[in-house]
Amino acid sequence: MIFLNFLISGISLGSIYAIIALGYTMVYGIAKMLNFAHGDVIMVGAYVCFYAVSRYGLNPFAGVALAMLVCTVLGMVVERLAYKPLRQAPSLAVLITAIGMSYFLQNTALLLWSSNPKVFPSIIGRGAFKLFDGRLSVSHVTVLTIASCVVIMAVLSLFIGKTRLGKAMRACSEDKGAAQLMGINVNATISLTFAIGSGLAAIAGALLCSAYPTLMPTTGALPGIKAFTAAVFGGIGSIPGAFLGGIMLGVIEIFAKAYISSQLSDAVVFAVLIIVLLVKPAGLLGRMTQEKV
Amino acid sequence: MSEPVLKVENINVYYGSIHAIKGISFEVYEGEIVTLIGANGAGKSTTLNTISGLLHPSTGSVAFLGDVLAKVPPHKIVERGLAQVPEGRRVFAQMTVQENLEMGAYTQTNNIDEDLAKVYELFPRLKERHSQTAGTLSGGEQQMLAMGRALMSRPKLLMLDEPSMGLAPILVEQIFDIIADLHKSGATILLVEQNAQMALSIASRGYVMETGRIVTTGTGKELLASEEVRKAYLGG
Repeated sequence: MIFLNFLISGISLGSIYAIIALGYTMVYGIAKMLNFAHGDVIMVGAYVCFYAVSRYGLNPFAGVALAMLVCTVLGMVVERLAYKPLRQAPSLAVLITAIGMSYFLQNTALLLWSSNPKVFPSIIGRGAFKLFDGRLSVSHVTVLTIASCVVIMAVLSLFIGKTRLGKAMRACSEDKGAAQLMGINVNATISLTFAIGSGLAAIAGALLCSAYPTLMPTTGALPGIKAFTAAVFGGIGSIPGAFLGGIMLGVIEIFAKAYISSQLSDAVVFAVLIIVLLVKPAGLLGRMTQEKV
Repeated sequence: MSEPVLKVENINVYYGSIHAIKGISFEVYEGEIVTLIGANGAGKSTTLNTISGLLHPSTGSVAFLGDVLAKVPPHKIVERGLAQVPEGRRVFAQMTVQENLEMGAYTQTNNIDEDLAKVYELFPRLKERHSQTAGTLSGGEQQMLAMGRALMSRPKLLMLDEPSMGLAPILVEQIFDIIADLHKSGATILLVEQNAQMALSIASRGYVMETGRIVTTGTGKELLASEEVRKAYLGG
């Protein structure tokens, strides 16, 4: 029973990683860049939600919606101002810019909201479902987190697979030049990708802080790095890969905490990543790109 | 003569400090197949990419259907009816054949199914393979897909960049038959080719390019017969 408990917490934590990883992997797939500021967008989303709910008494779900709106705009503005001018620049320049943007967001948050941790109110309270005569307790937040992740995955897969815009995103991720020759507005498509990724980051922020309620300007940094790891683990650029990588990373982390050592859990996570990359360099579901001449 | 579909006037194009196109001018009139021939590096693809708006001329102008295209972004140029089949085909390898064709119709909003049926009629092979990913097609099939994809945008001018590249001779003939058929059905085509013999044999007019300049021009027949062209491009 305790094993089941750990498994469920692992899947729940992994669901948050998966939602964040989607942002990394979609942006990588289309803009071919690692947006290291993505983790900090989560933090901004959590703060917006926090203030909307605690200070202005908004309904928590309205708070999440507002956070999504703010993060969507933030993601698009960051892309437009920091990354778009570097579209033709070497990838190292873009990478450094992304790291700089990450610090910029953290320090702006520090100025605006101070370094004092805030206690985030859970968006659906602290209740729990009791199963098996109370031997298994699953919190509402856990259920909401897992359900959100499943819904997001399903909607996003449908969007990418079936809609005109989703197909245009896939076309851009394969060959931007050819996509332009189809009449696809590549800049608008990249902007849309940042918008979706950042909107999802806001949801991840609210869920993360509902489960782990300490909110401060560095809150997004570590989950951001872990989610990036999850994206690489699953195969960067692959949406099912981000999902699988996120869930597995969460489960491995919780099991390592429970059965090995809570101090070593991150080391175990990264050791598993290294082993996976040694065996499958493109990640679990990643494709080694091969071109036919 | 009436207004040309495409009028390129004295364009100069640079890649950084390399002067790739040195003041070339040419026109394509409705219903023509015009070919640009020349060796590797003569600037043929650069010319097409400049017309498509992927590159910008430093001086000179490109006018399509009477409008100068300066500052028009590439995706808007496609919307106006100018389609390019890029060199090396560049189909979306991980998308299905049908999805590739749908991408070709990205600028279209109605009657897409009708156009799809037409393309499948023109290329029955594509219909057979409509649910396969494009990466699994052979080179010839990918060329057909790239052409079908461009036709889906209902182009008023179709530009083909090296459609014969890397194909077996029998496939080259097949592709050229299709180009000739398209022309017969009224399409206006600008064809860039290294295979001068094939290109000139179906072209209304041709321009010979050499290191960024147009050196000779004439009808397809004239150029095929010309001593200079024979020596340089047709192997004697």
